[in-house]
Amino acid sequence: MEPFKRHTGLVAALDRVNVDTDQIIPKQFLKRIERSGFGQFLFYDWRFNLDGSINTEFELNAPRFAGASILLAGANFGCGSSREHAPWALADYGFRAIIAPSYADIFYNNCFKNGLLPVQLGDAEVARLFEAASAIPGYELTVDLERQWVVDDWGNKFGFAVDPFRRECLLKGLDDIGLTLQHEAAIAEYEAQRIAIN
Amino acid sequence: MAKTLFEKIWDAHVVRQEPEQPALLYIDCHLVHEVTSPQAFEGLRLASRRVRRPDLTYATMDHNVPTWSRKLPIIDEIAKTQIDTLENNCREFGIPLYGLDSPNQGIVHVIGPELGITRPGMTIVCGDSHTSTHGAFGALAFGIGTSEVEHVLATQCLLQSRPSTFRITVGGRLPRGVTAKDVVLYIIRTIGTAGATGHVVEYAGEAIRGLTMEERMTVCNMSIEAGARAGMIAPDEVTYAYLEGREFAPKGEAFDEAVAYWKTLPTDEGATFDRELELEVSNLAPQVSWGTSPGMVISATEAIPDPDSWADENVRKAARRALEYMGLEPGMPIQDVDIDRVFIGSCTNSRIEDLRAAARIARGRKVNPHVNAMVVPGSQAIKRQAEAEGLDEIFKAAGFDWRESGCSMCLGMNPDILQPGERCASTSNRNFEGRQGRGGRTHLVSPEMAAAAAIAGHFVDVRGWEAAE
Repeated sequence: MEPFKRHTGLVAALDRVNVDTDQIIPKQFLKRIERSGFGQFLFYDWRFNLDGSINTEFELNAPRFAGASILLAGANFGCGSSREHAPWALADYGFRAIIAPSYADIFYNNCFKNGLLPVQLGDAEVARLFEAASAIPGYELTVDLERQWVVDDWGNKFGFAVDPFRRECLLKGLDDIGLTLQHEAAIAEYEAQRIAIN
Repeated sequence: MAKTLFEKIWDAHVVRQEPEQPALLYIDCHLVHEVTSPQAFEGLRLASRRVRRPDLTYATMDHNVPTWSRKLPIIDEIAKTQIDTLENNCREFGIPLYGLDSPNQGIVHVIGPELGITRPGMTIVCGDSHTSTHGAFGALAFGIGTSEVEHVLATQCLLQSRPSTFRITVGGRLPRGVTAKDVVLYIIRTIGTAGATGHVVEYAGEAIRGLTMEERMTVCNMSIEAGARAGMIAPDEVTYAYLEGREFAPKGEAFDEAVAYWKTLPTDEGATFDRELELEVSNLAPQVSWGTSPGMVISATEAIPDPDSWADENVRKAARRALEYMGLEPGMPIQDVDIDRVFIGSCTNSRIEDLRAAARIARGRKVNPHVNAMVVPGSQAIKRQAEAEGLDEIFKAAGFDWRESGCSMCLGMNPDILQPGERCASTSNRNFEGRQGRGGRTHLVSPEMAAAAAIAGHFVDVRGWEAAE
């Protein structure tokens, strides 16, 4: 997994609450058997009209957000289905970090497995960033996982909390399975003790 | 020390716990289906790893399978690839598969309990958010992503941060015509779609105790729609009676020993929860969702709400957008809303009791000429039982399509989808934009309400409707 230490990039603003994973990656695209190639289907039903033409009304299609690598979103981002295809699509599209006031649990967890950093900030802080993204053409942010802050060139600097273990794994690009298998003896011991009452 | 049901199960499954780290939890049962597993098996292959416990792993095909006929080849090339891939993976890694030609095939969260694979006190995971269903048995059951599926296949363990606990006590007795589906829609309506984020919910109280196992599964199934990590109901005599005799349940003396252990699981007197909520359902009406989130719910007696009735601008914006997508006007009584399709099925409501309830409404009546209605049993076993009871004849005589088992129109990954603008009364669990088909308009209801809507051609209050009919 690609490590994440610090990233500076263009911000794309999606000012909606409760964006669910059916919107992030609609079900018809879950039929692939690879992990790659989902970026072209990100937010498909919102990005494209029924006839396949680009929906110019959709926020992320705005030309000024082309090439964005940081997604600014509303509360409860990633709710609904557990599909990990959602972070795969976001990462493949080019996003390296998401900033929102809150996330659904399964989606939040899935992001860390894919080198995509979900940053949680307070409501007022996120509102300020939405204002900045709206007012400043080419608005960029730096997301720093080592120092645990988000900072821009206009005086905004907000600290964020993140689970220390997840932070460590993401900073080093560590593979969960390899880490767990280091404790194979503990797993075997548990299995031996486990009373097969069930 | 007084412990909750959740704490007892969590503590009994911790393999390793370092300070400041998620716990390493042992997984007693791993359920697998064709959509979220291909990349996981491929990962094992690339790393030259085996499945650690094929004996604790069970697979089925449900999301992609056509419900029209098993005899015809699968037309969708990509869906066929996923199904073939699961077959190959199960063969290669030695995992039992309830495939398309299995008499026990069905929706993964239907067949687990049916076969007695799901039991109290277990940790159960699956690459699907409705894994919460199995919590109805007093198991700790939750959905995981594909990377975690790979992790469980390789290690039979899962890294999990300990969630908070939330007890929802539901008092009262359900009135006639009001179901477990209405209870859980009411809960989500009350606490919101992020109301239980970060928490494992335990459902307690008189109304919950009075539910059958299938009804408890309906409630636990939709826990995820409130953002819960898992939803659980303590096991009791109803649970033990359901499990006795099932294929994978312990037998004879082993069953008695199991029951003795299961009786130690319910929450101890005096145990505390991080959050508590009490609700009353003696006056609950049947519920209908109106919008594009499972929290956007009203009673069958109410009208479509006005977005301006909410104080929060974000909520108003979301409501306006939902009304536009759903093609509804504020103030319109829900009973005036006509429908085009009816779907009775899904891991929420496709079990034999759900089919009996719908059949009771359909018996001797006809589906409205403007409505296309279908019934999709949750498993082959349920299909056989329904046919033995003559329920299929009742549905077919009324003009419902009677289908093979699968996830079907819950999420439109197979040929059962809504066309843009079609309005559906659905017994499934999600009404997000495009969930059942791009542009499709989903209303979540109970099986009784869905069957009644099929006949009336619009939503009704099923309580008084039957008498009036």
